[in-house]
Amino acid sequence: MKAYRSILTALKALRRNPMRAMLTTLGIVIGIAAVIAMMEIGAGSAEAIKKSISSMGANVILILPGTASSGGVSFGAGSVMTLTPKDCEAIARECPAIRNVAPIVRARAQIVYGGRNWVPSSISGTTPAFLAIRDWTDLAEGESFSERDILNANKVCLLGQTIVRELFQGESPIGKAIRLKNISFKVIGVLSRKGANMVGMDQDDTILAPWTTIKYRVSGSTLGNVNQSSTSSSTSGTTVNTLSNLYPGDESGLYPATSDVQQADNPMPVRFETVDQILAAANSTEEIPMAINQITELLHERHHIRPGEDDDFNVRDMTEMSKTISDTTALMTKLLLCVAMISLVVGGVGIMNIMLVSVTERTREIGLRMAVGARGRDILRQFLVESVALCLVGGALGILLGHGGSMLVRMLLHWPIKTSPMAIAAAVLVSGSVGITFGFYPAWKASRLNPIEALRYE
Amino acid sequence: MELIEIRNITKSYNLGDITVPVLNGVSFQVSHKELIALMGASGSGKSTLMNILGCLDQPTSGEYWIEGEEVSRFSADQRAVLRNQKFGFVFQNFNLLPRTSALENVAMPLTYTQDHLSDRIARKRAAKMLDRVGLGDRMGHEPSQLSGGQQQRVAIARALINRPPILFADEPTGNLDSKTSDEVLKVFQQLNEEDGVTIIMVTHDAYVARHARRIIRIRDGVIVDGDDTERQSPKATQEDPGASAAETGGAR
Ligand SMILES: Nc1ncnc2c1ncn2[C@@H]1O[C@H](COP(=O)(O)OP(=O)(O)O)[C@@H](O)[C@H]1O
Ligand SMILES: [Mg+2]
Repeated sequence: MKAYRSILTALKALRRNPMRAMLTTLGIVIGIAAVIAMMEIGAGSAEAIKKSISSMGANVILILPGTASSGGVSFGAGSVMTLTPKDCEAIARECPAIRNVAPIVRARAQIVYGGRNWVPSSISGTTPAFLAIRDWTDLAEGESFSERDILNANKVCLLGQTIVRELFQGESPIGKAIRLKNISFKVIGVLSRKGANMVGMDQDDTILAPWTTIKYRVSGSTLGNVNQSSTSSSTSGTTVNTLSNLYPGDESGLYPATSDVQQADNPMPVRFETVDQILAAANSTEEIPMAINQITELLHERHHIRPGEDDDFNVRDMTEMSKTISDTTALMTKLLLCVAMISLVVGGVGIMNIMLVSVTERTREIGLRMAVGARGRDILRQFLVESVALCLVGGALGILLGHGGSMLVRMLLHWPIKTSPMAIAAAVLVSGSVGITFGFYPAWKASRLNPIEALRYE
Repeated sequence: MELIEIRNITKSYNLGDITVPVLNGVSFQVSHKELIALMGASGSGKSTLMNILGCLDQPTSGEYWIEGEEVSRFSADQRAVLRNQKFGFVFQNFNLLPRTSALENVAMPLTYTQDHLSDRIARKRAAKMLDRVGLGDRMGHEPSQLSGGQQQRVAIARALINRPPILFADEPTGNLDSKTSDEVLKVFQQLNEEDGVTIIMVTHDAYVARHARRIIRIRDGVIVDGDDTERQSPKATQEDPGASAAETGGAR
């Protein structure tokens, strides 16, 4: 008995009762559809997370000011001590596990070019090292600012793609001047596209400038109402205000000398120049824990934190965060797969049930087939092929349904999905095995029938 | 060499503790191209004997030779092959697959033949068989769309699809009226005369038996009159117990 003939015979038998075949296989359809949809959505979000992790830059470590237990309670002595550019330099100098380090000063302001204006979601003052940390050194156009621009607090900036699109609408922004809080910035470069980050924020809606420029020319003059992140993350507002009175926005080049003198004059840890964050990159993923330890030790020393005292800073590891997210996603996928598997087993039991009914119903047919020369194994094969065919048809419908479902999810909820050939192969394999597993007993029972008794069966 | 030879076949069923003997030592021979009626009252063991002859069942004891081969101890698989190649079966209740066309019903046994015919050839052969039994115009009909006589002719075509030398028919006209019975019996006679198919049909109906060229009578599991060779017996009624008792167990 050839394989294709058994398949043909099985399909003919199924065609005799198409409605029942459909209902029988419904459990498999639903189970497989669930598996496929879960796999596609799971793989999609895993991919999205991976992509956003890599868009954050590799092995990024974020150092934030404030107390470790920043629940608002211990917002006391420690929080006066905020991060300084000196901390940043010290980290670069003394932490061997760190590849790059850059300070970040944030501002929030409206930018104007010609008749158009825009409020970027992020205005960051930093150093060129920032681009190295974020894997963003390949600019779309122009070039980055230099150390010299930082020393001189030059009014130059790099624009993200979103801002270029919103303000320049097709023309090249290089060499143009935009106004930021009434200060004119020359655009010297355009950042390449990064897309949304892990929490869905547009990373291209950003302006980068030398941190000194943002600190002393932008935030300094307008701190009270625009520099939200600075005021919220530290209580250095008054200090900075004093500073901005000391160093009016127009004056440049004040920072290095004065800062040294002030530090010498004030052994008390009063930070005149603070930065909002320090962003660092470890040499490798393996060195991240080491790098975190080195930074923590160094900052303990620099901030005069005695053992037992609360830290006045937070060191955060991005991979830790993204790992948590992807672990959660993986767990969810596993749980849903479990549910899908259970529904497959339920579907399989349904198949077994109907196959047993079918064997009983068709006892006379089995007897007849045996009378005309079918051997036990031919009957076994026929019923096995029948249940496998039933399951495979169910599996195929399930794949279509599941894929359709995840497409719908993408369309309606804008979740990322990823078609996985592996999942489809697994679905085919699983539905086939369900057919074999649950079809075997009924088929075996059929094959063991005695031809005479089967023929006499009423 | 005889086509079929059985020697001292017995068959008994075990029903719990008691053993019910059904066949008590049956012996006879069947030559090529015979048309035999196996007669006997209801419950006399005709079907049991026919099932043993058709290798659907195994005797409790005795020998069974087909073309010089002892087959009574064949394995289930061997018997299946034998049934496929050597025997055709026609049943009282037709046993056609429901919701399946006449053509597919007839082609069904080819599914289990060793020389896997292509679908096209199988259908062609099935069509020819249907033609042979006079149903060339009913190939696409399903059993429910056919009369009893037509259904039985489909069953005959199915039994013959593998060109077996022997055809077994258990009360083939039992469910048919006299007119359609005649159709079926005519087909049997034709097959026997034109194609040389050996036919053994079980019946309790003397009218049907009259179409055979030899009648074997069985009563209570033994042959009471097996020697009616080549005689279209005018004995219209059931066997006369007194007259035939003397010839008990007679092989030719
Ligand atoms: N499977 C069985 N189990 C027990 N007894 C059986 C079985 N098959 C047949 N018999 C008995 O054997 C006897 C002969 O039956 P059967 O050969 O069908 O008779 P016939 O076909 O001549 O009417 C009957 O008495 C019947 O009860
Ligand atoms: Mg009978």
